[in-house]
Amino acid sequence: MPKKSVRQAINEALRQEMERDPTVVIIGEDVAGGQGGSGDVDAYGGVMGVTKGLIGTFGPDRVIDTPISESAIMGAAAGAATTGLRPVAELMFVDFLGVCFDQIFNQAAKFRYMFGGKARTPVVIRSMIGAGVRAAAQHSQCLHPIFTHVPGLKVVMPTNAYDAKGLLIQAIRDDDPVVFLEHKTLYDIEDDVPDEAYTIPFGEANFTREGDDVTIVGFSRMVHIANEVADKLEDKGISVEVIDPRTTSPLDEEAILESVERTGRLVVVDEAPPRCNLAVDVAALVADKAFGSLKAPIKRITAPHTPVPFAPTLEDAYIPNAGRVEAAVHEVLESGGRAAAE
Amino acid sequence: MQLTREELLEAYRRMKRIREFEERVNVEFSNGNIPGFVHLYAGQEASGVGICMHLTDDDYIGSTHRGHGHCIAKGCDVEGMMLEIFGKAGGLCGGKGGSMHIADLDKGMLGANAIVGGNPPLVVGAALSAKVNKTGRVAVSFTGDGGSNQGTTFEALNMAVVLNLPAIFVIENNGYGEGTGVDYAVGTKDIAGRAAGFGMPATTVDGTDFFAVYDAMREAVDRAKAGNGPSAIVTEAMRYFGHFVGDPEIYRAKDEVSKLRDEKDPLAIFRNRVTEAGLLEASQLDQLDREVLAEVEKAVEAASAAPFPSVDQLETDVYVTYP
Repeated sequence: MPKKSVRQAINEALRQEMERDPTVVIIGEDVAGGQGGSGDVDAYGGVMGVTKGLIGTFGPDRVIDTPISESAIMGAAAGAATTGLRPVAELMFVDFLGVCFDQIFNQAAKFRYMFGGKARTPVVIRSMIGAGVRAAAQHSQCLHPIFTHVPGLKVVMPTNAYDAKGLLIQAIRDDDPVVFLEHKTLYDIEDDVPDEAYTIPFGEANFTREGDDVTIVGFSRMVHIANEVADKLEDKGISVEVIDPRTTSPLDEEAILESVERTGRLVVVDEAPPRCNLAVDVAALVADKAFGSLKAPIKRITAPHTPVPFAPTLEDAYIPNAGRVEAAVHEVLESGGRAAAE
Repeated sequence: MQLTREELLEAYRRMKRIREFEERVNVEFSNGNIPGFVHLYAGQEASGVGICMHLTDDDYIGSTHRGHGHCIAKGCDVEGMMLEIFGKAGGLCGGKGGSMHIADLDKGMLGANAIVGGNPPLVVGAALSAKVNKTGRVAVSFTGDGGSNQGTTFEALNMAVVLNLPAIFVIENNGYGEGTGVDYAVGTKDIAGRAAGFGMPATTVDGTDFFAVYDAMREAVDRAKAGNGPSAIVTEAMRYFGHFVGDPEIYRAKDEVSKLRDEKDPLAIFRNRVTEAGLLEASQLDQLDREVLAEVEKAVEAASAAPFPSVDQLETDVYVTYP
């Protein structure tokens, strides 16, 4: 099977869906780039080159460069979705949500409910999340908890190229608004990716490591850190299970509960700041529904309650790392917990 | 003027329907029969109807929190609307939307919208669908003087020009944004100039004169359908009621509304024009008046008698599919 990067996998998913369905369009800032300039069109192909080459095949009516007007982009995508297109709108950096949240959470997310089930809004909002490239406070956040909180939105966070392609094709074919969040440090990671189109259903977690002693649930880039810890500890005889939920809404609660009922120990890793993030959500789920299985308190590893800093020393300290996750695993293993109390 | 007698009658019917609907909602709300709050469109009938008489069910409109008039002008069922406003099962949105979210996608009515400046970007999207899918449809955004101050409106105006879309922006200047006057809150005397500044033709018309609105809209529709891009129309007509029913309206001079009702009543203006020109008989219009009153009465009776949605509807209709 051919090796492809996350970037290539996403591009291929877009191309194949646009070939299959003439109502699929891409809309956003510099999704091609170069319009109206003195040089070449398709100069950017998206800020990370993800949509490069598509305008050459599908033309400017379907690969639609827009002014820098995020509200109009998101609103146009939502309005087009209710009237016969399947737009894939690009928000570039998820931080720009700040200027267009209304069109996403008051409009697109609520049409179906407000209109008594009569509307379908098959829009995909692609955006980048994550720290790690010295992009500072307004280009580095992980805002997936905010989208996850909003009823009516589905939220997808692929962690590898295979999932990126299958989840994006699912997102485009899905009849609900889907927020598709790509971690900006993962674009060059390669995997075996089939050439043909395929879908991965939402709400089905991926067990990236299987183990019996501790469950780690990670999101987006944090899955890779969890895997790294699991591999290291395996050499020391500690068996760690790693779960990548892949979608936070819907969330595969069953997979998480089933795993914790087996291991009795849970570490949740989320790059978002600590209040009301996915680590809190998963910890609450397990405390509520699998409390009897727990042998130790649940540990949450997250970013601190701060904006993302610029200076390399500070940003490196901000992002949850393997050392902190490994320490948490040891802590839950060594915790006397209720076993000691009993 | 190229309207047939049937079209003239239909225009009057819709304007009258809006007037009687709103007058009755005012009464029903004041009597405690309607939950939440409502914003009434009475006084602005010629604007919505003058625009929508050019549209079919295939064309799209986006509306505002003051959306009942746009719904009726676009052909939404009055009884379904009344049930919705009463919060009843069987309403156009099953009672889940209410006054500020009435929508009827089958009629091209993309929703009243409780966010000021909320719909212009959405209408850009509907116009984009029409362009990409080559359907020949047009998409109309209704917003107000207040909405003309919102950044979303500016973004939408610019985007519609950049993408050369069949969009029409109707900015209804009714004199007030909530409880603050236009002269204070809008930094220009020329709202149309704002749209023109983004590169589209923009005109201002008397929003109490159906024929002035109708004529301006014809130009805009022709332009959109010819593939020549968006236009804007500012209609000027003040509302008869407060921002919401129950608004004490201390910000308005005591005789402002009574003067409006005496001197700037779009229905009276229309009636005088068509009867004086010999286009319609007063008796025909009187007959329509009676029909519309009966229609509204029937809608209120149905809404009063209908049940509220059952509690098992609470968690339905959030997603098309959700495992």
